[in-house]
This record gives sequence, structure tokens and C-alpha cells, in this order.
Amino acid sequence: MSSRHRGVRAWIVLPLLLSTGTAFAESAAEQGEYLSRVGNCAGCHTAPGGAEYAGGRAIESEYGTFYAPNISPDPATGIGDWSADDFWGALHQGERPDGSALYPACPYPSYTKVRREDVDAIFAYLQSLPAHRNETREHRLDFPFSMRSLIPIWQALFFEPGAFEADQQHGAAWNRGAYLVNGLGHCDACHTDRNAFGAIRADASAPGQRIRGWYAPSLHANDEAGLQKWSIENAVALLRAGKSGDASMMGPMADVVFGSLQHLSVEDAQAMATYLRSLPERQVESSMHLIQLSEKNVTTAMETGKPVYDERCSDCHGDAGEGSVAAPALAGNRTVTASNPTNLAKVIRQGGFPPSTHDHPRPFGMPPFQDLTDREIAALITYIRASWGNEAAPVSAANLR
Amino acid sequence: MSHRAQLGMLMLVLSSQALAFSPNAAPTDSLEQRIAPCLACHSHPDTDLGSGYVPHLDGKPAGYLYNQLLNYRDHRRNNPGMVNMVRNLSDEYLWEMASYFSARTMSSRERKPGEIDEKLFERGQMLATDGDQQEKIPACQSCHGERLTGVRPNTPGLVGLPIDYLSAQLGAWREGTRHAAAPDCMRKIAERLTPRDIEAVASWLASHPVPDNPQAATMPPADPPMDCGSVTLLGEPR
Repeated sequence: MSSRHRGVRAWIVLPLLLSTGTAFAESAAEQGEYLSRVGNCAGCHTAPGGAEYAGGRAIESEYGTFYAPNISPDPATGIGDWSADDFWGALHQGERPDGSALYPACPYPSYTKVRREDVDAIFAYLQSLPAHRNETREHRLDFPFSMRSLIPIWQALFFEPGAFEADQQHGAAWNRGAYLVNGLGHCDACHTDRNAFGAIRADASAPGQRIRGWYAPSLHANDEAGLQKWSIENAVALLRAGKSGDASMMGPMADVVFGSLQHLSVEDAQAMATYLRSLPERQVESSMHLIQLSEKNVTTAMETGKPVYDERCSDCHGDAGEGSVAAPALAGNRTVTASNPTNLAKVIRQGGFPPSTHDHPRPFGMPPFQDLTDREIAALITYIRASWGNEAAPVSAANLR
Repeated sequence: MSHRAQLGMLMLVLSSQALAFSPNAAPTDSLEQRIAPCLACHSHPDTDLGSGYVPHLDGKPAGYLYNQLLNYRDHRRNNPGMVNMVRNLSDEYLWEMASYFSARTMSSRERKPGEIDEKLFERGQMLATDGDQQEKIPACQSCHGERLTGVRPNTPGLVGLPIDYLSAQLGAWREGTRHAAAPDCMRKIAERLTPRDIEAVASWLASHPVPDNPQAATMPPADPPMDCGSVTLLGEPR
């Protein structure tokens, strides 16, 4: 072929290559948008009412307050001048481009299992968004957590970059579910207790964790949030719709469903459900020491609790806790009988709505009962926990403060 | 009153109303039942909407109510009880709620005017009906309607509201804890008001009788005197 012909061919081939490249970038960004939702990146990196991914949200912890960084593509205040390798370094190794370590407030101990192509897709998506200039605040952490130079020691002790390895004993759905739950989904970040150094406990008896005044129940315990005894359909509905039968997502988990899980593809929700259902059932440690009440105190609580129930709750939840079209049954409800009564008390005090989702757009809401004293709520809870077949321990007001 | 004290008061009011909530009938699959938490405070037969910090919502323009629900969800308004309620609700559901309250008519109970404070009457009336040109404060009427019953779709009525609620809103705008879409004209106006102005105009509005027909007007009395972002919002889910 003459050189002239080669030249012509190059002119034809080059645009073709370029357009394929663009198409690839677009589909990677699209895939990245989906994956960033699965990982609920915006849950931390978008401040309430703030610009998308521009950071600034305050994340309270027992070590102090973290301010989620700006991950929009602004070169000065965001990650506009990062390369795909830099982004991979952050998610896979917990390392910033300058080599310093990231606080594990960012769940990279989970993200480290995310595959390179998925990390690249998320990066392509983030880079395709508008840049927002927003200098986020320095974290305000207590000593010694304020010393970033200590994180490498923490990483050496509690973190190892890893990769997801498929388990050939299980099918494709299970493996996909394990990949999502333990990787991008970072369910452990809330649903498993942490040790004194803030690392996720690896032992089998670890309960869940306290989050924003709620208790994130264990996914291993059938009397907490375990899905082992659930059908796939019900588990999928709980994840995507935020409601399944008498179970509704409330509190921080409602945020997760609204911002993330409702967007799961049916296949991915099924995969997550498959994996979650297969988690080994465990007896987990009690997450709260319930103060023992004397028989006399229990009787008083029952006598105080019943009229409160009859007046405030029975219209919707039924005279015998059987529930109604508007409200879940309380008889046999595991949020009611959970050994840790935190979430039950929270729902009674604050009320609220489960998330409105594609599959369940108009949820019924629960009115708040903020006028009830701790003592009245404890009595009400004690009554509900010991009625209609429920046999859970009485609760003292001291456990609700 | 400090913000903390105001918040405490609000909690108390909200709570005592939740206490009174009881639909007295078997629950049905209705919008009223779905939004029971809203009705528990904003529309219960036993709720006294004539005092305290809970506003009536009935008949307020749907766009206005919708924008407020979005403002709570997106933290431009910060009442913790309201933020907790709407934080995970979709635009469409919030619009349905806004439309529901907008289609209702203010009950006569809500129309009972508050007491007039004679000392503040003159200044309050001036601000409501004429404004203060020197201080660049437009009259309430110029945007909220000649009868102060609001203007569809986005401007709320100011009559039939308790003095505590009204002064708390103006105070919140002045302190920067309540926001509307930019440009936030109410913020600018509230910054030009003295604490005594706020007391005067809230007192005058709270004591102003609600007209027989409390419907919001379809158009403002004149060209709005300021640029207000919230006035030109579409006022429904996109």
C-alpha cells in the first residue's frame, strides 16, 4: 500500500478510534454513576442541600468530627487533578496522592475489595460531573486521633489491601452479592462493631454498632437484622423498597435506602439478598446491658404502659399489636423484641417516614411522641415487649437516656 | 428568646399535639392516614394553631408548601422535627402532600385573630401595608397579596398565623437559619427589620382578621418590588 493510502486509512481509522474511546468513557461513566450509588458515596461526600460531591458534610464519631472531602472534579479543592491511579490508591490502599494515609472514616477497608475496572468507572463518573469549588474544613478530632501520621500504624495493624476472590463453592449470584456487600456496599462499616482503635471487629460474636443515636443491628443475628430466615423476594423488597411486610427501614438505614439501595438493579438486589441470607447465623454479644427491674417495678411499668399504648398506639398498631394497613404489627416484631431497645425508643420519640422509593413511593408515616417522658417510654416499651406473645425483657428508663 | 429556648418551646408544642393525635377510626389506606404525622401537628381538632410555633397549612399555595418541604429536606430550613419527617421523601410525594393541604380551606377556628398590641399597631400596620421606604422595606402586601392571603403558586398568606410563629420566622431569616431560593428577598428584608419591627409586624399580622374568602390571589398586586428566587420557581416536581 502506498504511503498516501496509509494516510487516508489513518484519517478514517483515527476518528473511529476516538469515537469508540468516547463511547467507552460514556458507558464507564454511566456504570460509574450506578456504582457510586451502590457505594452511597454521596451519603458522605454531598452535604445536605450542598452541591453534588462537593463534600463538607460533618460526620460525627467517637473520635471527633470528620468533614467529608470534596470529590467533585475541581482541581484546587476537589479531585480534578487526580489520575485514575490516584483514585485507585485512595480506594484500594487508603492513600492520598501525596502518599499520606486516609482516615478509615472512609470505608476503604471495604473498598479495597472493589475491582479496578469498577473503581475506574466511578472515577470516570466523578470526573464527568461539574466541578464545585469548596474548600472543606479540616477534621476536628480528639488527640491522638488528630495525628494523621499515626494512621500508617493503624493501617499496619488493621488494614491490608485486598482483592475480592470468588468462592467457587457458591454460584454467580452469591459471589456478586458478597462482592457488593463486602466491597462497595460497605455494610460492615455500620453493622459490625469496632474495636477500641476503630477497626471493624473480626470475631464472630461482634454485635452491630451505634450510629447517630440508632443501633445498626447485626446481619448475622436472626433476632437482629439477619435475613437468614427471609425469602429472597422479601429480602429484595426490604433492600430496594425499604419495606417488606411488617419491616420498614427507619433512621440512618432509611437514608441508605433512599440514597443508595433503591437504585439497585433487581439482579444486584437479588445477589445481595442471596449472600446476606447465607451469612452464618451467630449469637452476638449484647450491645446494651439492660438494667434488671424488680418484679414490683415491672408491674408498675406494665400498668403505666398499657394505657399509654391504648391511647396513643392502638388505633394504628391494633388492640393486640396485630398492626393495620397503616402500621406494622408489634406482636412478633423483632425491632420490638430486640435485646437493644434503642431503635424502638427512637421511632416512638421521633416518628418519621420510611423512605419513598421507586417500589414504595408513598409510605405511611409514624407521628412523633416527644412529649412522653423517658419513664413513660420505658413503661410503654416494657408493655409492648411483654404482650401478645412477645417475651422480651423489661426496659428501664436508664437504658433509654 | 434564644434559639435553644425557641426550639424547646417548639418541641413542647409539637409533642403536646402528638399526644392529642388519635384518628379514632380504623386506619384506612388513604392519604390522610399516610400523612398522619403531618396532621398530628398541623391539623388536629384539638390542636390550637392560634398560638405557638405550628402554622396552619390549609389553603396555602401548593408551590409555597412544596418549596418549604424541599427546603427542610435539603436543610435550607432546619427545624429538626420537620427535617426528620421529610429527609427521605421523594419530590412527588412531597408535592402530593403540599397539594393536599393547599386544596383544603382554612377552618374558622384558624381564622380567629390574636390580640392587638396597641403600642405596636401603628408601626406594624405601616410595615404590612405601606412598608418603610427610608429603610427599603417593602410592604408585606406588595408580594403577599392585598388581602395578605398569599399569591399562587409560591407566596404564602400571612394571616391566620400565630405571633410566635411569625416572629420566629422573621427572626430565623434575620439570623440566617431559614433560607429560601436565591436571591433570598426575605433574608434581605428581615435584615432591615429591627427586633421591634419584627414584633410589630408579627403582632399586627397575627391580629389582622382573616377575610371570609381566605383563598390566595392568582396574581400579585403589582410587579414584585424585589428579586425573589422562590417566586419564580416552577413549584412542582420537575
